[in-house]
Amino acid sequence: MSATTTSKPPATGGPPEGRPSGPPGGRPGGPMGGMGMPAEKAMNFSGSAKRLFNRLRPDRVGIMSVVVLAVISVALSVIGPKILGHATDLIFNGIIGKQLPFGITKDAAIAGARAAGNNTFADLLTGMDVTPGVGIDFGAFGMVLLIVLALYVAASLFMLLQGLILNHIVQRTVKKLRSDVEDKLNSLPLRYFDSKTRGEVLSRVTNDIDNISQSLQQTLSQLLTSLLTVIGVLVMMFIISPLLAIIGLVTVPLSAVVTAVIAKRSQKLFVAQWKNTGELNGQIEEAFTGHSLVKVFGRQKEVEEVFGQKNEELFKASFGAQFVSGIIMPAMMFIGNLNYVLIAVVGGLRVASGSMTLGDVQAFIQYSRQFTQPLTQLASMANVLQSGVASAERVFDLLDEAELSPEPAIVSSKEVTRGRVEFKHVSFSYNPKTPLIEDLSLVATPGQTVAIVGPTGAGKTTLVNLIMRFYEINGGTITLDGVDTALMARQALRSKIGMVLQDTWLFGGTIRETIAYGNLNATEADIQAAARATFVDRFVHSLPDGYDTVLDDEGTNVSSGEKQLLTIARAFLANPSLLILDEATSSVDTRTEVMVQRAMAALRSDRTSFVIAHRLSTIRDADLILVMDAGKIVEQGTHAELLAAGGAYYELYNSQFLGADVVEAADTISADEAAAPAGPAVPADAAAGAATHT
Amino acid sequence: MLISLLRTYLRPYKGPLSAVIVLQLIQTIASLYLPSLNADIIDKGIAVGDTDYIWSTGKWMLMVSGIQILAAVAAVWFGAKTAMGFGRDLRAGIFHQVGTFSAREVGTFGAPTLITRTTNDVQQVQMLVLMVCTMFISAPIMAIGGIYMALQEDFGLSWLLVVCVPVLVGAIGLIVVRLVPQFRALQVKIDTINQVLREQITGMRVVRAFVREDFETKRFDTANTDLTSTALKVGKLMAMMFPVVMLVFNSSSVAVLWFGAHRIDDGNLQIGGLIAFLSYLMQILLSVMMATFMATMIPRAAVCADRIQEVLQTHSSVVPPASPVTKVLSHATLELNDAAFAYPGATDPVLRDISFTVRPGETTAIIGSTGAGKTTLLGLIPRLFDATNGTVKVDGVDVRQLSPALMATKIGLVPQQPYLFSGTIASNLRYGNPQATDADLWRALRIAQAEDFVKAKPDGLQTPISQGGTNVSGGQRQRLAIARALVRDPEIYLFDDSFSALDLATDARLRAALKPHTKQSAVVIVAQRVSTIKQADQILVLDDGAIIGKGTHEELLQACPTYVEIVESQLTTEEAA
Repeated sequence: MSATTTSKPPATGGPPEGRPSGPPGGRPGGPMGGMGMPAEKAMNFSGSAKRLFNRLRPDRVGIMSVVVLAVISVALSVIGPKILGHATDLIFNGIIGKQLPFGITKDAAIAGARAAGNNTFADLLTGMDVTPGVGIDFGAFGMVLLIVLALYVAASLFMLLQGLILNHIVQRTVKKLRSDVEDKLNSLPLRYFDSKTRGEVLSRVTNDIDNISQSLQQTLSQLLTSLLTVIGVLVMMFIISPLLAIIGLVTVPLSAVVTAVIAKRSQKLFVAQWKNTGELNGQIEEAFTGHSLVKVFGRQKEVEEVFGQKNEELFKASFGAQFVSGIIMPAMMFIGNLNYVLIAVVGGLRVASGSMTLGDVQAFIQYSRQFTQPLTQLASMANVLQSGVASAERVFDLLDEAELSPEPAIVSSKEVTRGRVEFKHVSFSYNPKTPLIEDLSLVATPGQTVAIVGPTGAGKTTLVNLIMRFYEINGGTITLDGVDTALMARQALRSKIGMVLQDTWLFGGTIRETIAYGNLNATEADIQAAARATFVDRFVHSLPDGYDTVLDDEGTNVSSGEKQLLTIARAFLANPSLLILDEATSSVDTRTEVMVQRAMAALRSDRTSFVIAHRLSTIRDADLILVMDAGKIVEQGTHAELLAAGGAYYELYNSQFLGADVVEAADTISADEAAAPAGPAVPADAAAGAATHT
Repeated sequence: MLISLLRTYLRPYKGPLSAVIVLQLIQTIASLYLPSLNADIIDKGIAVGDTDYIWSTGKWMLMVSGIQILAAVAAVWFGAKTAMGFGRDLRAGIFHQVGTFSAREVGTFGAPTLITRTTNDVQQVQMLVLMVCTMFISAPIMAIGGIYMALQEDFGLSWLLVVCVPVLVGAIGLIVVRLVPQFRALQVKIDTINQVLREQITGMRVVRAFVREDFETKRFDTANTDLTSTALKVGKLMAMMFPVVMLVFNSSSVAVLWFGAHRIDDGNLQIGGLIAFLSYLMQILLSVMMATFMATMIPRAAVCADRIQEVLQTHSSVVPPASPVTKVLSHATLELNDAAFAYPGATDPVLRDISFTVRPGETTAIIGSTGAGKTTLLGLIPRLFDATNGTVKVDGVDVRQLSPALMATKIGLVPQQPYLFSGTIASNLRYGNPQATDADLWRALRIAQAEDFVKAKPDGLQTPISQGGTNVSGGQRQRLAIARALVRDPEIYLFDDSFSALDLATDARLRAALKPHTKQSAVVIVAQRVSTIKQADQILVLDDGAIIGKGTHEELLQACPTYVEIVESQLTTEEAA
């Protein structure tokens, strides 16, 4: 019913396998996802930021042109209001001029106003460029507007150009970063993946890179234009009126303080909101995944109660977060208006006194409006940048990990055809403090089947991993047909070995592609032959799409036994001279199980094979049985020899296989092992008792 | 769908919603009034040099601005309350609805999608409601108010609105229409590349064993190039957005100045009016722009709403009894009569003609290949599914009449996927019986062969368990799930392939220990291994939804060829033919 958690017993002997962690769905996104997201801080912000920006370096010419274009376009759009202010002046001049009698000079008009006792108007006139009796000079006015329009069009064009170039630079950089990470993944030792959970590595190569891409795209362009705009506007404001500029700047620290106070509070609330969201989502997941348990155990009421509580907590936290962060905008608006009124009043007084033109006040008001917006943008960009750099740092950590030891200079090219494997005094450990394999020696002659048995953690998986050179040994040598595997290129070595793991994980794709993975040069006939030899053919024909059936993520359209057959077919197609098999422990559908057994046998024939064996039949038929315990081979020999020796194998055999089902075991044992210790047909209860005693 | 969902779930928030509307109205009117005050300052203050007027109007402006901020903050308060309350109610609604579902509905939807619908989809719709409350509502008010004020200021210039607004909508629309599908494509391609990486990391050993590093790198490069080309397209459109919007805004203001100047020269307009008109136009364009952007959220939210409605409108196929039976006379008996189960519309039933009886102290085993219907059959008993035909009786009462609370005390299920809840080992064991003592728990652990490993943990019963039980091994999880059912001490045990992750010896010990404990209970075991079920009083051989053999091991060896085949296949496994 609930196919979400497929649990497998952990691989024996190997290091712990990580599983993908993190809640499905990840962080709650949405269009406002970035807002208020608690930014993770980088450990070494400046170092990692510098390194991130260094990656843009190959595009030096592009970066330079982006900066130049941004400077030009910001400059053009910043000048706009100043010139438009001039247009306002022309209108204002026209209006005032029209009110005055035609033909007199400006001075005469001023004198006239003073004579009439209207000193304020006289002051106003002194600051203006009026021709009495003449209305708006449309020739000049139109010219000004045309210039402004041209400026705006140019500014937009330059900005567009800058955006397009930057887009290319960012995408190219991110693409390069992605492929660097991909290359790195292929050259990292398996040890690295053992030390991290799968989810952790995945999150670095997916989420983090996505985050870098997004923050680079968002910040680079806006950071540049915002910064330039702030500078440009500030310059213009001071050019127009230093007094007004200072008044306008008074509100800057005010808005900074208000934003900081609100942001600090909302940050906390947002953290609470994400935390509660995570917890609630966890509860929902549990309730739905364990739905049938909730039902059968009659826990519906309790589950809903707990959910209701958490739901209410989430409501409170998210309401608080949304409210507090929602205050920022109105607060900024209010400060903006305060600014506006101050400038209007002071500016109005200055115009009235003739020390400033109306157009300049108008332009100034526009500038002060433009000033706060890029400032708040800069503040929010800082957040985005911070999280982007934190992600970059994690990706750089990955890129800095030690790689596999370089391939030997003199690579042995001797063709391996026979498959003789020899371990000479091999020692190995995952962790220097706890030695695992010490002074291990063994010989497998060509064509032999070597069964490896022993308790969990004995080092069985490690042993076969060493043959594959998934890990480098600490001492001794492993030879393949007399050649030290350390002197072979890893890829050359591995291409001669076929491996079937208990973990039947398959790549997404069709069944044909899955099998062909074993040999990319295989023809359709080869694939079908391999499929027939390994019993894949039979079940594939019962699928509606046959070999074109796409194996989905959860592999729900094929059973676990069929998956195992596919991995066997894949190895069969590779036609290796040496085989490594890890038998599955959990029982699958009985009829498929027989086929898996037969397919494994077909695969093994005439090949040297190492089998981590769980089945009595495999063990009994092996040419050599290695009994491992605590990293050592404690016994080796054939089934008969080892049983007769009455040592570790004998004990293992009794506890693992005999007690399980006496009737069955007795049947099989009495057939070929008269020395078997248990009598026939003991009831299960008694047998279980016997098993506990041994 | 979106509309009806909003209508239903926003109904309790009529009060706050009206408050939002009123407050946004006040806020908008205040912000529209400010430019007109500014116009007055210019025309009546600056132009005639009346400084007193400038001061008094300035004070008035600040007051209006104060009212505006108060209204805006209050609107955010009510808006956030409405949106978050809406989300909370909707989540609770879906959660409750899924709670009423039977395993059939959960199975049809699938647990993962139900989770997404309750979390992400609700989040999306909730975000839309928040946006509507805090911004969207004010956009039309602002637009209409702006148009009204602009007309008041100068009717002669109003035709400019008719030109500028459509130009802006058209320009943004043209970009957005292209952007939306590209965004979707981008998401798909990000998922693709992440899938490739996920496969490579998960299948690292396979990749290296088969020496397919270059092949995988090529696969990755293709996905990377593909992703980059879409990202470039998206970036290009995004790069166009700002310059285009800026150009429209700036050109509009130039146009207003040019035509406004003529009207001033003709004496139809004052300069303050012209500047006020300009601010109104900017406000109108701004709100139109916001509305256009927000409109792009609607299709996405609508898809989510559809998915949510689908859940809310699905009704459980298992209906609780109208007048439940709360007392029964017999004990630990189970009886199925011609029970059948079919999904609606399916041609073949999953189960048909299932009849068997289990009495106290008896064990019934069910064997058969994958897909034979074993799990579904077990599900009929605790009403995870209701039989579509025939009857299922527990203690002589049809399960459809039995009180769900009473039934819960009678049945202990160990599911195929031994799911554990986050908490501790103890909290999981007490899941079915909160009153159990520690001694009860240890007794159950002993029977389930889990005592040793729990004792070996430093925290014992208090060992934390992560969600799903992922921090213990498969075999341990299975044994804990068995112990959980034992703590409940039910009359009827249902084991769904619950011994598969145990090795043969543990399996045997567990069954031996279980035996005295279930002397008074009815036990139903689904298993794959013949050895597990050989001792059962009755074995049912299930094939393709029907019972094709019923009897003891010995009887079936004589009478049922399929059973013989199964037994032989397992012996062959051991004997390796």
